[in-house]
Amino acid sequence: MLEIKDLHVEVEGEGIEILKGVNLTVNKGEIHAIMGPNGSGKSTLAKIVAGHPEYEVSKGDIMYNGESILEMDPDERAHAGVFLAFQYPVEVPGVTNNTLLRESYNTIAASRGREELDPLEFDDYLRDKLELVDMNPDFLERSVNAGFSGGEKKRNEIFQMAVLEPTLSLLDETDSGLDIDALRIVADGINKLHGEDDAVVLITHYQRLLNYIVPDHVHVMIGGKIVKSGGKELAIELEEKGYDWLETHATVNGEAK
Amino acid sequence: MSETKALESMIGEEYKYGFNTDVEYEDFPKGINEDVVRLISEKKDEPEWMTEFRLKAYRAWTEMEEPSWFNATYEKPKFDKLQYYSAPKNKPKLNSLDEVDPNIRETYEKLGIPLEEQKMLAGVAVDAVFDSVSIFTTFKEKLAEAGVIFCSISEAVREHPELVKKYMGSVVPVRDNFYAALNSAVFSDGSFCYVPKDTICPMELSTYFRINNMNSGQFERTLIIAEENSHVSYLEGCTAPMYDEHQLHAAVVELIAMDNAEIKYSTIQNWYSGDEDGRGGIYNFVTKRGACRGKNSKISWTQLETGSAVTLKYPSVILQGDNSVGEFYSVAVTNKRQQADTGTKMIHLGKNTKSTIISKGISAGNSDNSYRGQVKISKKADNARNYSQCDSMLIGQTCGAHTFPYIESANPTGKVEHEATTSRVGEEQIFYLQQRGLSEDDAISLIVNGFCKEVLKELPMEFAVEANKLLGIKLEGSVG
Repeated sequence: MLEIKDLHVEVEGEGIEILKGVNLTVNKGEIHAIMGPNGSGKSTLAKIVAGHPEYEVSKGDIMYNGESILEMDPDERAHAGVFLAFQYPVEVPGVTNNTLLRESYNTIAASRGREELDPLEFDDYLRDKLELVDMNPDFLERSVNAGFSGGEKKRNEIFQMAVLEPTLSLLDETDSGLDIDALRIVADGINKLHGEDDAVVLITHYQRLLNYIVPDHVHVMIGGKIVKSGGKELAIELEEKGYDWLETHATVNGEAK
Repeated sequence: MSETKALESMIGEEYKYGFNTDVEYEDFPKGINEDVVRLISEKKDEPEWMTEFRLKAYRAWTEMEEPSWFNATYEKPKFDKLQYYSAPKNKPKLNSLDEVDPNIRETYEKLGIPLEEQKMLAGVAVDAVFDSVSIFTTFKEKLAEAGVIFCSISEAVREHPELVKKYMGSVVPVRDNFYAALNSAVFSDGSFCYVPKDTICPMELSTYFRINNMNSGQFERTLIIAEENSHVSYLEGCTAPMYDEHQLHAAVVELIAMDNAEIKYSTIQNWYSGDEDGRGGIYNFVTKRGACRGKNSKISWTQLETGSAVTLKYPSVILQGDNSVGEFYSVAVTNKRQQADTGTKMIHLGKNTKSTIISKGISAGNSDNSYRGQVKISKKADNARNYSQCDSMLIGQTCGAHTFPYIESANPTGKVEHEATTSRVGEEQIFYLQQRGLSEDDAISLIVNGFCKEVLKELPMEFAVEANKLLGIKLEGSVG
């Protein structure tokens, strides 16, 4: 589904390389976890797949369902089923969650040739989705993320994911800022949404989330590269040993090349 | 920047109303002097007192200096080159629509303002002003049944001189300011509305102003009087063709509300704003003021200002009656080289008077957008209250937003609150919405809509659609 090949990424106009040759393949039905210390490039990887304009691909490619998506605008990627749960969800004062979701849903539906829902139909559709993340319907009439607590913002991201039903979900530190109960609710929601036709990429610092969502593959990213990949047990090893032992590894590898 | 481009395509790029209509005009000399003022009065068959009013204003104007205290720079209008009266040759003293010049009718059709009553928006009476003259007023009879007088100001001078004489210039005196004095001398047409005691005006009233002639200024005059226990809602819309030269629009609007009366005045201003380099566009120098003369009266100004090259406009309320209420809701959008210096004045004279100011400024391109507002609480205005909120939104890096609030309180029981914010439509915000599937245009549109929501909801329902179209905004919350 997603194939990232030797991806090099710079900050637009600054020439600072953040990703230095990332390779990653994600197949339908899989859950991948990308872990790593601060500043290793995890979030950049998620943003660049979603098409953030701040970054520029200097080398390599991102293939989605067999086609390069580098030339696609962020909204076109969203129409194709790419979803990014933001690390820092953005506030849009004066625009209700309901309005944004209906616009999003119908825009995406139209782009796929599906039928758009009128406000009443959409309302019914939303009710079911609210339960998934245990959210109060009042929340639909509040402005998008404005005045939300950190935890509410993160839950809102997963709620949006539930409504938009993407095929590739990139969840950027969705677990940070959540207390243990909220973490469980969010994780449950993600598990319920995930099926054999979609894929999830979790970006996280902590193994904690992975107690609830069990990944098929774990990757460690350091210094703009994936330095180690393994199964779910790798996450546990990281929890015990930290990243230091891998950092040395990364440098050695780097020099060896 | 890309977001600026998107906004341009939304509000600026194509000015749909920029066509001009080929009509034959009556001959009228350019420039201004006492003879020209007399000639205008003569053309309009005015009584002596009206001519005197004009001459007095003209003499006052010649002694006044053009103001320059605002935050805008522009080439001063050439007053001796302007044409102060411009009327299509078929003199419109009309009893039926069939007599209207078909070209002019077509103009209003193109603007989406059909004059045929059956095609009208339900419950909206329209007065259409083409350059200097009122072309036609619809629904007159139905309004007359309710006792409401709605006609052109020229007609009011002829038919209801006692009312005009009593109220014209009572809120905006002829010497009030440079452009008000000029207007008082040469005003051409405009709307007049009188709502008698204990009357709720049965429909929305509206006037569409159209400047067509290239060299003419438009000086319209609007006077609205709401007697005791009456209520009226009025809306004006403005468009003009695209010309390379600047055109001057200097209007005066006076509102008078007696005991328990309410006037709601809404404006959708979309004059031609000039091109990328600031060539052409309207100078919109307008004096709008309402007087809450009676107890418990209320005057509410709502404006959506998107056009004009330069706007200087401060719709104000004098809160004279005890417990009277003044409101000002404004969205001002500037793009390209537009300059807007707009805001309000709330003058609290009566006890327990209350005013609310909500101003939303959106600047893009190379434009400059200033809010200027005055809240004055006089010595006798016990327990007066004001709440002001001024928010600015910047799109791109080359525009400016400024806030100039002036607060004066001479009464220790007065309460004045002022809040101001400035935000920028960020790349991150647009990216977020694009990631949710919206195009860049729709993303900006949604952000702007959210920003202006408090003001847009104040517009009469019938015009909400028009307002949204104008901003390229999709209405949200159509259910509930």
